[in-house]
Amino acid sequence: MGHLEGIGSVPGFFRALRAGLAALALGLPVAVAATEAGGPVYATVPATSFVSVIETEPGAKPQAVAAFALRSEPVTNAEFLAFAMAHPQWRRGNVPAVFADAGYLSHWQAADALGAAALPRQPVTQVSWFAAQAYCESENARLPSWIEWERAAAASDKVADARGDAAWRRHLLDWYARPSTGALAETGGEANLYGVRDLHGLIWEWVDDYAAMMVSADSRDQNDPDRLKFCGAAAMSLRDRDNYALLMRIAMLSSLKAADTTRNLGFRCARDAKESRR
Amino acid sequence: MKRLLLTLALLAAAGLSGCTSRTSGVADANAAPATTGGSAKGDFGPPQGEPIHAVLTPPPRVPPPVNRNHPAKVVVELEVIEKEMPISEGVTYTFWTFGGTVPGSFIRVRQGDTVEFHLKNAPDSKMPHNIDLHGVTGPGGGAASSFTAPGHASQFTFKALNQGIYVYHCATAPVGMHVANGMYGLILVEPPEGLPKVDHEYYVMQGDFYTAGKYREKGHQPFDMEKAIDEHPTYVLFNGAEGALTGDKSLAAKTGETVRLFVGNGGPNLVSSFHVIGEIFDRVQPEGGTHPQENVQTTLIPAGGAAIVEFHLEVPGSYVMVDHSIFRAFNKGALAILKVDGPENKEIYSGKEVDSVYLGDRAEPNLKAVSTAAKAHAAGTLTRDEQIAAGKQLFTGTCSVCHQANGEGLEGVFPPLAKSDYFARDPKRIVDAMLHGVSGKVTVNGVEYHSVMPPMNQLTDDEVANIATFVLNSWGNPGGQVTKEQASASRAENPAATQAEH
Repeated sequence: MGHLEGIGSVPGFFRALRAGLAALALGLPVAVAATEAGGPVYATVPATSFVSVIETEPGAKPQAVAAFALRSEPVTNAEFLAFAMAHPQWRRGNVPAVFADAGYLSHWQAADALGAAALPRQPVTQVSWFAAQAYCESENARLPSWIEWERAAAASDKVADARGDAAWRRHLLDWYARPSTGALAETGGEANLYGVRDLHGLIWEWVDDYAAMMVSADSRDQNDPDRLKFCGAAAMSLRDRDNYALLMRIAMLSSLKAADTTRNLGFRCARDAKESRR
Repeated sequence: MKRLLLTLALLAAAGLSGCTSRTSGVADANAAPATTGGSAKGDFGPPQGEPIHAVLTPPPRVPPPVNRNHPAKVVVELEVIEKEMPISEGVTYTFWTFGGTVPGSFIRVRQGDTVEFHLKNAPDSKMPHNIDLHGVTGPGGGAASSFTAPGHASQFTFKALNQGIYVYHCATAPVGMHVANGMYGLILVEPPEGLPKVDHEYYVMQGDFYTAGKYREKGHQPFDMEKAIDEHPTYVLFNGAEGALTGDKSLAAKTGETVRLFVGNGGPNLVSSFHVIGEIFDRVQPEGGTHPQENVQTTLIPAGGAAIVEFHLEVPGSYVMVDHSIFRAFNKGALAILKVDGPENKEIYSGKEVDSVYLGDRAEPNLKAVSTAAKAHAAGTLTRDEQIAAGKQLFTGTCSVCHQANGEGLEGVFPPLAKSDYFARDPKRIVDAMLHGVSGKVTVNGVEYHSVMPPMNQLTDDEVANIATFVLNSWGNPGGQVTKEQASASRAENPAATQAEH
């Protein structure tokens, strides 16, 4: 059972939950209530040992993943706007091309205004890895590593590792069957076991070590001598037939350069459990 | 005999121009080569002249012949677009496409050309994509060099060393899903002397599709990974949609003409037994290879492969192209039609036109009346006449094979619907029969029938209501109207109870 950082205890968690429910009853946006209670909400994801889908060897040993805190929701347009106002160097038009491509925040009406195509509660997208890094630093946080992200995202609302659950996997895959021409949904989807929302079904998310992911651009070469480059995705696509949704996420991340931005790519931040425990 | 002569004439023409000079790539008019020499003989030197922008065409069109006697630099710009499109009447699917169509744009170059390939991925794409062209010599066929995030573009260059017809497809993980969503197409690498002239060239490509819902289940259908892995397609289609090449979208030609089809198979899973009902392929380049086969009935097209098929047309009519793994044609959509106009040629063939047994509902020019009725129902303005019109088109597809187009059935086997005393006694029986089937003895117009009609419960309530209204108002039946709500009520009934009435 995870609980919410900054609130600190299980009773605190229930208090927050009650506050959320009260806010719902009053028709208030829940996250505003949470933010007013003291900045963005981070949820604790406890230490575990975990086998990533990237592990393609049969019988791969689980990897230890330390406890950490993960933002319960992706960073929103409103939050990123506040960041850009406070840090003018990250406003559209001010960012050098090496840190963000031409699509950076291009759906915003202006460098300092969201406009109709970017609602405040929608997750921010069209942001580069550099911009995401900078944002998280401003929140005394960092981007999660892939293994952290994957470990948190393996949880359903009931179990820590739902990857063996066919119905859950199908639910994740449904996102891919929808074209992305419509507007993005707002943040605040179903919470998983740790109280983390929107890990699936809303956006792609940057991770700190996306560039180290060993997925081939051509995903089919399995026993190529150049295994570092060529082994990843294809082996997974055959061996781990059950985790296509994650496989696609890995493929997406591996197609990116740090300055790239896309319409469906946003981020959330993470903190080491120790640092974040105030 | 006429066909034989024409075929010989064609072959002679092909033979005259069919020789490759090893060094220049310019046609030599004397001897036919035993071998093309493959890629080792496919480099005709550096590109000459200004770069050329390739003409790309959506299916079923094919770009014009290259018509060049020297190698050139050809620039190809292809955009990946993810979009929702119909996969069948009233059914939509999120396709991932090369150029906005399934199959993707047809690319045509000449052997020895240097192809500068620009792959763009549309800004509103969700997925990264790349392209593997089977006509490329080099690891990955371009895939590793063209891995492109949404809103970005990439570029690579290759020399087309081997002539032939080649599949291209996306090779991004998970490859099977990208291909199953429609990411494939054809690139033709013409031999240096070009292909012999024909009257029509068309582009047809088979693919198998995996939807969560059943065949023809209405609404937006998501991709079903389990079915794809199990290789149990919901649809097997030519050119990405049921009806893409039938009715008023049929391919067209005239008697006395020669047709060349570039037939590809994107897969991802199935191999195609490509056949045209009522024609014999005069010439096939199996698997796109150089040495032709002649007088072929059915040619195998591997997943990730293609063939060039040519035939001369003598007799007018509708020629149905199928995957001769025949359930795919009649139960999964693998049907296309070539409509041939021209004077009858009774000396070659006396018979009647190809009929609804083969074509089903695809014999109609289109299913417009069905969508009109569906819209009218949604708007609450559906009239009896609209129902009858829609029902007539649906009847052709679903019912007429047994009950016949004139509703008279086959005495002793399939009961008549025309002037049926069975319906006159209780019109609701039409609806019940469609939704729950009929088994056991029934007596219609004094004749006893004892066979089984399976339930047609794949039909929607709308469709059932329209067909029933059509039947009630045709062939001397008493008239009347059946509503969607009545169909819905019948569907909800216990089928066993319905059967007991009979």
